[in-house]
Amino acid sequence: MAAPRVGSTAVGGERQAPASSRLKYWRSKVARLSKAVDSRNEAYDSWEKRVLIPWQKGLASAGRLVYTSADSAHDGGADMPGMYPFTRGIYPNMYAGKPWTMRMFSGFGIPEDTNSRLKYLLKHGETGLSIAFDEPTLYGVDCDSERAEGEIGKCGVNVTTLKDMEVIFDGIPLDKVSTSMTINAPAIILFAMYIAVAQKRGINQSRLAGTLQADILKEYIAQKEWFYPPKAHLRMIRDMMLYSVNNMPKWNFISVSGYHIREAGSTAAQELAFTLADGFHYVDMGIAAGLKVDDFAPRISFFFDSSMDMFEEIAKFRAARRIWATVMRELYGAKDERSLKLRFHAQTSGYTLTWQQPLNNIARTALEALYAVLGGAQSLHTNSYDEALALPTEAAAKVALRTQQVIAEETGIKDVADPMGGSYYLEYLTNRIELEAYRYFEKLDELGGILKAVEDGYPQREIADASYQRQRRIEAGEAVMVGVNKYQEEDEAPINILKISRKAELAQKRRLADVKRSRDEAEVSRALDRLREAMRSETANLVPHVIDAVKAYATIGEIVKVGRDVYGEWKEPRII
Amino acid sequence: MFMASGKSRGSSERPIRVLLAKPAIDGHDRGVYVLARAFRDAGMEVIYPGLLPTPEQIVDIAIDEDVDVIAISLLNGSHMTIFKKVMELLRARHAGDVAVIGGGIIPPRDRPRLERMGVTGNYGPGTPLETIITHVRERAAEVRRRRRVA
Repeated sequence: MAAPRVGSTAVGGERQAPASSRLKYWRSKVARLSKAVDSRNEAYDSWEKRVLIPWQKGLASAGRLVYTSADSAHDGGADMPGMYPFTRGIYPNMYAGKPWTMRMFSGFGIPEDTNSRLKYLLKHGETGLSIAFDEPTLYGVDCDSERAEGEIGKCGVNVTTLKDMEVIFDGIPLDKVSTSMTINAPAIILFAMYIAVAQKRGINQSRLAGTLQADILKEYIAQKEWFYPPKAHLRMIRDMMLYSVNNMPKWNFISVSGYHIREAGSTAAQELAFTLADGFHYVDMGIAAGLKVDDFAPRISFFFDSSMDMFEEIAKFRAARRIWATVMRELYGAKDERSLKLRFHAQTSGYTLTWQQPLNNIARTALEALYAVLGGAQSLHTNSYDEALALPTEAAAKVALRTQQVIAEETGIKDVADPMGGSYYLEYLTNRIELEAYRYFEKLDELGGILKAVEDGYPQREIADASYQRQRRIEAGEAVMVGVNKYQEEDEAPINILKISRKAELAQKRRLADVKRSRDEAEVSRALDRLREAMRSETANLVPHVIDAVKAYATIGEIVKVGRDVYGEWKEPRII
Repeated sequence: MFMASGKSRGSSERPIRVLLAKPAIDGHDRGVYVLARAFRDAGMEVIYPGLLPTPEQIVDIAIDEDVDVIAISLLNGSHMTIFKKVMELLRARHAGDVAVIGGGIIPPRDRPRLERMGVTGNYGPGTPLETIITHVRERAAEVRRRRRVA
């Protein structure tokens, strides 16, 4: 491989622009946007007085009831799709050119189960694979550990050694498919395994296409899967970034994720703000590592939630594109148009699905999927109606996929780009949510940047507050969940749900025992020692060392332990 | 580990002490934080040891902190394994009098088996906080009655 170009390698608070000028930049955005959002609308005021209040027999309304052109002005740039700042979509013809990718996330049981599911999907024309791993894999716990008991294969497929990845991808042409892996704390290990499987089959790594989620900041903020303190994980992200920029032109090294932030209870504005702030941090890291912004920014993609509040969600997606393009150009000096375009995958909200009357979830998912499409998503996963109860059955997963097909083929929605654009209310909301995000950027930089804020628990507390407030509104009946706090039913008939047998656990343990018997223990320790040395050097790139370790069939737990020895562990700050 | 202290309720009896635990290797802690606040607002003392305590650690903390109730949230399908372990460990450590309450993603068909083990509640998503709080109070009162008798 080409030697990684490593300049300044720090992953902490270094910035492209000094903190003071960044703060000034955010403040100027806040000032400009708040003028647009908060200004009085004289036409409304007079209509309210002359028409609305008499109609309501003298009562004023709690909130604004209608929006006009005076509320929706924005001076952000050309108002056309495929043009900066891409509020209306990143392609000129949007879905009329190419519909969104229906990327359904799957993975369960043992590697053989997932291998046959992937082959089934490929046979039916899917080229984008998306793999879910189980909790032991996500937490770097070997399948024979006591800790993993009862959890093998439950929420995704189990991977303990390279052997498992060889089975998952057996017979799958790695140079022809693109593989998305939802993996975060152990991302570098699974990345190394994917490369190792290809190399062992004689496929050059430069031909591998795919996406790693890898976004560790949102783990500290929301999903809470980590091994080490933040800086150690960030260094691994930097290493993967450098390695793929230098060796793997078709590899997206990070998918900056708001989904988990939202599902952990944040508001839409918080989801947007914290996710983009994370994204800017990764840009800072790439620049600090000596890369030019346009060399790596085009490979950063995003992942957002699509939840129940229709206009707020569509506005969020539009604001996300506008903010990313604007900041990348104005603050980071990106010139390549691909660096400015925010590409995103969306998933319908799991939180909004109810355990009660689960068939209602089909309606919720359909609506949320529609919002993601109206918001211009590049790919979409729709949840299954039974997912509040268990992993989906095949029948339920099929309804979820069909829901996307109904939206794509029956509604006429593909014909026009950004069909909601120009709605006074939506344009106003887009401005407002953009303003809220800039306010958070300002706040985060006042706290010393997103990394410092995360280490101190600030976003975590904001989310816990929002989540508790929402729960209280539900308890008070102010926020409605049909079937939960309104229109409840007694004695609901149960639906069929998927049951994962313990066979997976036994099979995985057996395979691991075989691997351990046949591997060269001396080679395993040598590889782990070399990895330990590399971890101690801040400038080394860890990826080749992890590849060596996985090729020696070191387990995920053994590799993680080396990191824990070097970096220590991380206990989250107090949140409430 | 932290302890969130409840408001004083003006009674001489010490507040109910709840250990809130999420033992599975799973970080989805939205529900657990909502419960921590709700219990605290209801005047209880809440002990939340952070993510991923093992069943052994849960039982250790329950004994050290002399809790009335252990409330365990499990979302990832490992409830049958983990609850069984906690119950066995409590008995082995002579702390079988501590009440254990379950919640999370627990399919209805598993509930009778959990109840037989002594794990009550087993609430699914969408359960009103008030229902859970009332149940915690009832179980805690039982525990205290039993402890007074013993």
